[in-house]
Amino acid sequence: MSRQSGVWVFSENDDLMLELLAGGRAIATVRNAELAAVLLGSAVESKADKLIQHGADKIFIVDHPTLERFQVDTFLDALTTLVKRNTPETLLVGSTKNGKELASRLAARLEAGCTPDCTQLTVNGEGRLVTKRIVYSGNAVVTATYIRKPQIATVPSRTFEKLEPTERKGEVVKAEVEIEPPKVEVVAVNKVEVADVKIEEAEIAVCGGRGIERKEDFKPLEELAQLLGGQVSNTRPLAEDRKWFTGWVGLSGKKTKPALYIGCGISGMIQHVAGMRDSRVVVAINKDPEAPIFEVADYVVVGDLYEIVPALVEALKKELKK
Amino acid sequence: MLRILVCLKQAIDVSQLKADPSTGRLVTAGVPRKISDFDKNALEEAVRLKEKLGGEVVTLTASAEDAKTSIREALAMGADKGYFIYDEALLGSDTLAVSTALAGAIRKIGDFDLILCGEASIDGFSAQIGPRLAELLNIPIVTYARKVSVEGETVTVERALEDRYETVKCKTPAVVTVTKEINDPRIPSLMAIMKASKKEIVNWKLADIYVAPEKVREAGWGVKIVDVLAPKVERKRIVIEGENPAEIAEKLAKALIQEGVVGR
Repeated sequence: MSRQSGVWVFSENDDLMLELLAGGRAIATVRNAELAAVLLGSAVESKADKLIQHGADKIFIVDHPTLERFQVDTFLDALTTLVKRNTPETLLVGSTKNGKELASRLAARLEAGCTPDCTQLTVNGEGRLVTKRIVYSGNAVVTATYIRKPQIATVPSRTFEKLEPTERKGEVVKAEVEIEPPKVEVVAVNKVEVADVKIEEAEIAVCGGRGIERKEDFKPLEELAQLLGGQVSNTRPLAEDRKWFTGWVGLSGKKTKPALYIGCGISGMIQHVAGMRDSRVVVAINKDPEAPIFEVADYVVVGDLYEIVPALVEALKKELKK
Repeated sequence: MLRILVCLKQAIDVSQLKADPSTGRLVTAGVPRKISDFDKNALEEAVRLKEKLGGEVVTLTASAEDAKTSIREALAMGADKGYFIYDEALLGSDTLAVSTALAGAIRKIGDFDLILCGEASIDGFSAQIGPRLAELLNIPIVTYARKVSVEGETVTVERALEDRYETVKCKTPAVVTVTKEINDPRIPSLMAIMKASKKEIVNWKLADIYVAPEKVREAGWGVKIVDVLAPKVERKRIVIEGENPAEIAEKLAKALIQEGVVGR
């Protein structure tokens, strides 16, 4: 095998891929290496320019009709072949649920290490990647490094800010690969009402928890979010136990890091806190003075969200007019 | 007759962790251990499938620490037999090393229709063991299952993704990782606990499953841990009080404007 060098990024999510390029750029600079993006799909070449403008030196393209829709089985085959052929030193994969499955399976095929959900990536004195991530349900930050290569890490959205696009030159490499028929067949896809699709990108996040008794009672939260130009989301029990939503903010869900987070009727289970701890300013409203969310809040309001939230909407309307 | 194997991790009970105040390092010694939450869901699902379709459920655990109490609990929940790779060489092993050990054990135990795992462990939360096992055993994998059914040699799974549910099918044998929402794990009855004490736990060392110790010691890892620290939380924790909701709301609104986070 030739010497392993280069930093590669891949995500099936276009936006996340641009963010990975920003993270990858920093590592590539330290390692004095090339930064490449992997573009897999059907008729995807038109996306290459944008990736180059956002920092990629090289684009590996696999254009194949079976890659028209993302599926881990087929995308993994294409990615594995490319990695084996070109031997990158470091590979960053977007931390979606499918992305994490893909990265884990790729690591298994290459007998490599993989660190999921990294919130910080640096390079140590020996040139090895060093990762930080949250473990123990939000109770600890673990720093880890790699023993072998390639070094695979998955990175959640909003970890890196996209670079400003600039006119630059890059190389486009089209590759032919063999792709086996997928072992898993998708028979149906149900999009479910998604209240928080963009919670990861929200500047203001208004979150509801178990203190909200009925789904209709989200209305004041929505009003508050709308007034501030923010997004509404919720905790895991509201999605998974009460089935009101599909997504949630938390360790196993989405990470939000807005300028302002307002938690309404949220007790502050460590799993939820793991998804919002990077918010700049945290407001917590809860009836229970002992609620753990208050430990991680800048502004503590002990009170009934059913009274406080509508009052806050009115107060903000008034104050913002001044 | 379904043969189901469930991978059980004995995890740290994360709700009982404490940091050393002088170093900020997390102390894991002496913290209680338990079956990782999602693995319990996997076990419950396996037992339900067995109750419906007939068959056998075995559990598999690999650890450098004694996990027999956890395995005994799994037997009380309805597993028929527990396999335990108890070897100090596993101390500090990463997912690459642990999956190698688990795959070695599975090859020795025999053929299975289904291998069930939790979507991730409650302590490390890496979500890698299921996917890695599927690759090592060269069988299909479906992750994040919220519903599982088996008919003949076909497994049908509803996957919970970020913005959609996906219904997928594959052939057995397959690995399926399950979410917490798939079921509510049972609490075993006293009778079940007593019966479990008669069930077998098979104890193995790595040598028994033909896995060389260097595969699971540091040279065989992909990743090693440098440090584990308590996260820093620096919050103001300003309590906003008032006579009535309107007064509280007004104070809060003014504070947020002053912070520069609203009305920009």
